[in-house]
Formats: sequence, structure tokens, C-alpha cells
Amino acid sequence: MSELLLTNLLNVTNLSISFGGLRAVDNFDITVKKGQLYGLIGPNGAGKTTVFNLLTGVYRPDEGKVFLDGENITNLKTMDINKAGVGRTFQNIRLFKKLSVLDNVKVGLHNRYHYNTWEGIFRLPKYRRIEKVMNEEAYKLLKVFDLENEADYLAGNLPYGKQRKLEIARTLATDPKLLLLDEPAAGMNPNETKELMETIRFVRDEFEMTILLIEHDMKLVAGICEELTVLNFGKTLMSGETNEVLNDSRVITAYLGE
Amino acid sequence: MSFINYVINGVSLGSIYAIIALGYTMVYGIARMLNFAHGDVIMVGAFTVFFGVSMQGFNPFVAVLLSIAVCITLGITIEFIAYRPLRGAASSLVVLITAIGVSYFLQNLALLIFGANPKSFTSMVPLNPIRLAGGQIVISGETIVTILSCLIIMISLTAFIKKTKPGQAMLAVSEDKGAAQLMGINVNGTITLTFAIGSGLAAVAGILLCSAYPSLSPYTGSMPGIKAFIAAVFGGIGSIPGALIGGILLGVIEILGRAYISSQLADVIVFMVLIFVLLVKPTGILGRKLQEKV
Amino acid sequence: MDKIPKIWRDNLITYGMVIAIYAVMQILISFGLVSRLMQGLLVPLCIYVILAISLNLTVGILGELSLGHAGFMCLGAFAGAFFSKITVEAITFSPLRFFLAIVIGAVVAGFFGFLIGMPVLRFRGDYLAIVTLAFGEIIKNVINALFVGLDDRGFHFSLSDRASLGLYEDGEVIINGAQGIIGTPQDSNFTVGIVLVLLTLFIVQNLIRSRDGRAIMSIRDNLIASESIGIHVTKYKLMAFSISAALAGVAGVLYSHNLNNVVASPRAFGYNMSIMILVFVVLGGIGNIRGSMIAAVVLTLLPEMMRGLDRYRMLIYAIVLIVMMLFNWSPQILAWREQHSIKDLIGRVRGRSRV
Repeated sequence: MSELLLTNLLNVTNLSISFGGLRAVDNFDITVKKGQLYGLIGPNGAGKTTVFNLLTGVYRPDEGKVFLDGENITNLKTMDINKAGVGRTFQNIRLFKKLSVLDNVKVGLHNRYHYNTWEGIFRLPKYRRIEKVMNEEAYKLLKVFDLENEADYLAGNLPYGKQRKLEIARTLATDPKLLLLDEPAAGMNPNETKELMETIRFVRDEFEMTILLIEHDMKLVAGICEELTVLNFGKTLMSGETNEVLNDSRVITAYLGE
Repeated sequence: MSFINYVINGVSLGSIYAIIALGYTMVYGIARMLNFAHGDVIMVGAFTVFFGVSMQGFNPFVAVLLSIAVCITLGITIEFIAYRPLRGAASSLVVLITAIGVSYFLQNLALLIFGANPKSFTSMVPLNPIRLAGGQIVISGETIVTILSCLIIMISLTAFIKKTKPGQAMLAVSEDKGAAQLMGINVNGTITLTFAIGSGLAAVAGILLCSAYPSLSPYTGSMPGIKAFIAAVFGGIGSIPGALIGGILLGVIEILGRAYISSQLADVIVFMVLIFVLLVKPTGILGRKLQEKV
Repeated sequence: MDKIPKIWRDNLITYGMVIAIYAVMQILISFGLVSRLMQGLLVPLCIYVILAISLNLTVGILGELSLGHAGFMCLGAFAGAFFSKITVEAITFSPLRFFLAIVIGAVVAGFFGFLIGMPVLRFRGDYLAIVTLAFGEIIKNVINALFVGLDDRGFHFSLSDRASLGLYEDGEVIINGAQGIIGTPQDSNFTVGIVLVLLTLFIVQNLIRSRDGRAIMSIRDNLIASESIGIHVTKYKLMAFSISAALAGVAGVLYSHNLNNVVASPRAFGYNMSIMILVFVVLGGIGNIRGSMIAAVVLTLLPEMMRGLDRYRMLIYAIVLIVMMLFNWSPQILAWREQHSIKDLIGRVRGRSRV
């Protein structure tokens, strides 16, 4: 039993929120094990992104508990949830568009490397030392995503696919335990999606990351997710291993209608 | 003067703020811009009447109509030349600065034509004051007309927006410009209409203001403009009843502050109340909360 | 790694520009080629440039709108002048006294920036704009009504009139209501002004290219993303806004020590002044430090150069402002400029000549 608890990274029970009478998420439970690639799927408007917003403190849940690695993170602020180890990307990409690609990643490194305001303004030795380390770290991450040649570009000028990658790189810079990806393949062509699948797998292996992702592209989901939870009208329709879930008649009905 | 007199004067001044605030609130609600030239349209309205009555000897009624027509034309022209080309600009600050440019332009144009010396404005209200409670309470004709005008404007504007097609179009555009366009609403036309109404009201406000405080200079509209903007924020920007409540509260606080605390610190009190209200209820008294979709 | 030297070069150009202008002006002055009027404008130009840089930190770098920057300048001006007036006999070495006055002006203005920002910057939207607008008017009006006197028993304060200070005969009025502070030592000059411009530039440019600066700009670009990667949004908003207010305070100290008599007049510290500074920032390119400096200089000199046009100059100024805004920002005009740019024209001519 205790061993089981240790291997669970994310433990969500009974999570609920209503918006003006509408129960957007209703008694949502999920358990994600360390190192797992877990998919959250469901038709449009099922409440998937709302779950992410609840997990990351953008919304406060009406009920329910969220535990990350045994730590209760339920009512923490967004920034503290990130510090506790949850990183996320957004459905509509949210980059720092007027910062360079390199600086986007360096903002992600913000809480891991410190020097104070005065050391920064007066360019004291500590500033030089830490900035050098931050640059090295950031370039390491950019290389993983094949972005090192674009380091000096403005993030807003990157092509779409690379923006998605940069967003993941920026989030990884915060050194999260759990990575939440909100429709990472949205707007990508089949080739880009295939490449993205490999990148996600690579991130999981290379960074020993636990990943929970929302996705509509069933090929991607079937290709990389080990377990799935299906959400419909804010409620959990079913959870289980990928093959089992995707072949379930209830899931097919939810997607295709009756 | 008694307390009641001060309150009546406050409501009267507040009614003028409320009429001006309508212009700010409607334009903000629909075009999402702070039209800082709005205060100067008030001044243009007052100068038109001054020009008509004191310089040309027009009938006051004709002069008032002329003034409203001039301000409506001015509002539409400003929107067309200075604001419309900037719709969709990279920063919302841009149109704010342009509005300030327009404000400078109007002030300096008036300065060129009429000079810097304040003009004494003949009241457009032919009514005699009413005395109540054995002469204890005096209500001037200007006060009665101002408060009545404000009420009529509020009621007819609300009816206009609720009951007519162009009014509904205004609501739709303020809700979602893109969706309104898809529904076949003429967005540009609706914005023009909004500017026209706001500017026409500014003319009325200018005439009422100068009838009650009969001194007119190129800078006359500047401070009431800012105060009315504050009133709009106070009541909740984008809300028509909010403009009324905000305007009247502001007027009463200002007059009472001037009477009982210090004439020099009256504005300080007004602004402090504003800051306090915003801290307690950031959207203003009747404002709605807007949340960004994540 | 080639971006770092590029930023270096860019910063150096800005410093070089300031120093070159200083050198050229000094040479012209020594040859007697600069009119008295122009000489009188040198310190105000430095003041406006500092204000433009400092407001750009709030508007361009942090992405919040402030409509009360003149209020912080006003605080700095009066705090600095107040200090200088009461220590004019105690500290006879004027550079030290002026240095302390600048520190005090910056600290007082920065402190009020912090005080205003703390409750307001938690909210999203245009609250800061409205609250700073109100704050600027409050500061100006309070100082206009403020009387401070000093005698053997210490300081006396009043918000009504001079008599209610109840000063002894030997007492001295330091802040005299609407008459302001009279007899501030005139410690400001062009050289000090330029040094302060360079200092402001140094602080802001280096802040931007540091860990804290990146955090501030990330908030501007996307607040929600910024929170999601663990940035303490309120802290960095407050930091940027307080530094911006403190630098406006420095400009204020420079202002009050350039005059014998500093008055909290609407012209110097009112809402129109705040707007004026905002015009520098927007016209110079929001977030573009050097651009806002150039805009400050050009827009200050423009009305002076048009003195020959006499009564028409402010009208022309207004038209120029509107036209420049349309030319620089209108999407349609920008698209037109893209199609008809000089580079393009040269390219086309070249292409034709090759054929």
C-alpha cells in the first residue's frame, strides 16, 4: 500500500467547480503514476481545460483535493503550484512574444537561479556568473527542442510548430515534476504531430517526466498515452488503459453521438 | 446656506457630470477607448451658444439646437479622422494619445478664435428661482432644468438602447465586435452613432454647466471632463445607470466637501473617495467583471 | 551567443548619443553660439528625458498605464527642495547637499509609488491609470494647501493658512501653500542633468537585461503564462512601478533646484504634464527607451522652434501630434508604408536597372 502511494505523483479526488449554476467539472478523480504518460480526452466543452485550470490554481475548486507527490496543493496560488512542481502549456499558446526565444526559457529558469536587483543593475560578479549558468542551461533546453538556432529571434516570430515546442521548453525550465500539456498537437499537420509525439516521448524519458495531456488527435493519444480518462459534460465517463478505453462503446458514443 | 441647499446644488452639479459621463461610458463600452477629447466637446458646445447668442443675437433656443448640431458633427468628424484609422492598432494607448492630440487641437483652436480671457456666459434658463420652507431653501431655475434634463436623458437613452434596433446594435457591438459584425450589424455605423449621441449630450452638458457657472474659456471643459470620467469609473464604466449614480455622488461629495471641509481640498476628497471605491469594488459601483479566458 | 554583444552595442549607442549631445552643446556654448533661451531649456530637456525614460519603465516595460507620473515628480521636487532649504546652512558643500536631496526625492517618490501600487497592482485592467490620475491631482492639491513652518520648537504643519502655523517670530515658513517653496538653492545645471540622465538610463537599461527585468517583461507579454511558470507577478509589478516613481522623483529634484521658487501649479505637475510625458513614451515607441528620449527632446523643442508662428504654434503642435500618431500606428497606413518603403523603392529601381 505504502509503495503504491509513493509511486503516485498526482492524486485528485472529488474535484468540482460550478460557473453560474453549470457544473463544469463534477467529482473528477484522477491518479497519475510517476513517469506515466496519461491522456485526458473528451468532446469539446467536456471540461478538460477547466480541469487544468483547477489543477494550476487559475480557478479555485468548490470541492475536492489535489495532492502532488503527497503534498496538498489544492488552494495554492498559481505561482506556488508551479513552485511545488506543476508546469503547464496552454491551448492557445501563451509565449512572451516580445522577448527572445532564449529569454523565454530564461524566465522559466527564474526561480532556480538567484541574484538580487542591485547585483543585476550594477552588473556585479554574481550577475555575470549566474547569467552565464542560465544561458548554458537555457541553450541545453533549446537544443533538446531543436531551437538553438532561433535563440535570438523574438518568440512571436517563430512558426507555429516551434512556438508549441518553445512553450514546452519554457515550462521544463521550471523543473516541474508533472507536465500538463493542453492540446499540444492543435493546429499541426500530420508530420509535425508525428515529430511532436517523439518529442513528448523523449521528454518523458530524458527528464523522467510525468506527463498529463489533453488531446483531440486520437492517433497521438493512441500512440503515446498509456492510460486515459474520458471526460463528458464535466463528469468522468471512464478511466483505464488506452486500448480498452478507446474501444469502449460508451466512449465511442460520447464522441460520435448516438 | 443650509445643508439641503448644498445637497441640491450637489445633485445639480452631479447631473451635469452624469450627462458628460454618459459620453465617456458609451464610447468606452463600444469602442473600448477613453476619449479624452470629450471634455473639450463640452467647451465647443458652450462656445457655440455664446457665439450665437452673445455675438450674433440668435434666439437662445435656435442657438442651443445649433450647438447640439455642431457638437454632433464634430464628434462624428473626430471619430472618422482621428480614431477610426487607429482601430486595430497594436496598442490601445495609441488612440488615447491621439484623443489627447484632438483635445489640444480643440483647446488651441478656441484660444485662437475667442482668446484666453474668460467670457461671461448668459444663462439659457429663463426660469426664476423657487423658494421653499419660507425662503430657507432656494432652488435656482438652472438647477431645476439641469436635474430634469438629466432625468429625461437617462430615461430616453435607456429606452433607446432597450427598445430600438440601433440601440440593440450598440449593445451587441459592446458585447462582441466580431460577433456583431457576423450578425450583419454595421459596426462602424454603430460606433459613429455612439459618438454622435455622446457629443450631442456633451453640448447639452456644456450649456447647462455654463448656465450654472457662467464663465467660459478654452479650458472650461477640461476639469469637468476629467471629473465626469472619474464619475463614469465610479459608477462602473460601461454602465448607464452607473454614470448617473457616479455623477451625482461625485457632485454631492464635491459640493459638501467644498462647503464643510475646505474649498481647496474638495477635489482631494473626491479623488480619495474614488480610490477608496476602486479598492473595495474594482469594477465601480455597478460595473461588471470581465475575465480573461484561459 | 551573438545577441549579447548586440544589446551592448545598442545600449552604447544610447549612452554615446547623450554624451555627444552634451559635448556638442558645451562646445557651442563656449563659442557663444547658443541663445539664452536655448540655454534655459537645457535642464528642462534633461528633466523631460528622465521622465520619459522612467515612465517607459511603467508603460513600455511593465505594460501598465500611469496617468499621474507628474505627481511623483511633484513629490520628488518638494521633498528635495524641502530638504535643501532646511539644510542650506548646515551642509555648505552643495554637491553633497544636492546628492542627498536627490536620494531623498527618489526615496519619497518611490515610497509613494509602492504605497499606491500595493493595493492597485493586484488588479488587472486600467485601474492603475485611473488611480494614478486621481493620485496626481491629490498630491498637487494637497501640496498647494500645505503650510509647513520651522521654529525653535520644531516643525509646524497646517492645511489651511500660514497664520495657523503659530510660528514664533524667528520662525520660517518653508512650504507656503500655493506659493510653494521659495529660495531653494539652485544646484541644478546642465552637467548634473546629463549625469542624472545617464544614471537613469543605466538603471533602466541594466534592469531590463537582468533576471528581474525579464520577469517584469514576461508579465507585460502574458500575465497568465508568467504566473504559470512561478513568477511573483505582484512583486515584480511593484518593483517596476516603484523604481519608475523614484526616477520621476529624481527628475522632480532636478526641476525644483533649477528654479528659485517651486510651485505645485497645474502646468508643472498637473494631469496635463502627466499626459505630456505619456505622449513622449507613446510617440517614441512604447518600450523603446531611446525613442522616448528623442521624442521628449523633439516635442520640447518643437514649440520653441515654432515661436515665429506665435499664436498658431500650439495648434500646429496638436496637428503634428495627431498626424504622427496616425502615421506611426494606423494599420492601414503601416501597410501602405510597407508597400511603398524606400528600401523597396531602391530595390525596384535596382531590379529595373539590371533588366
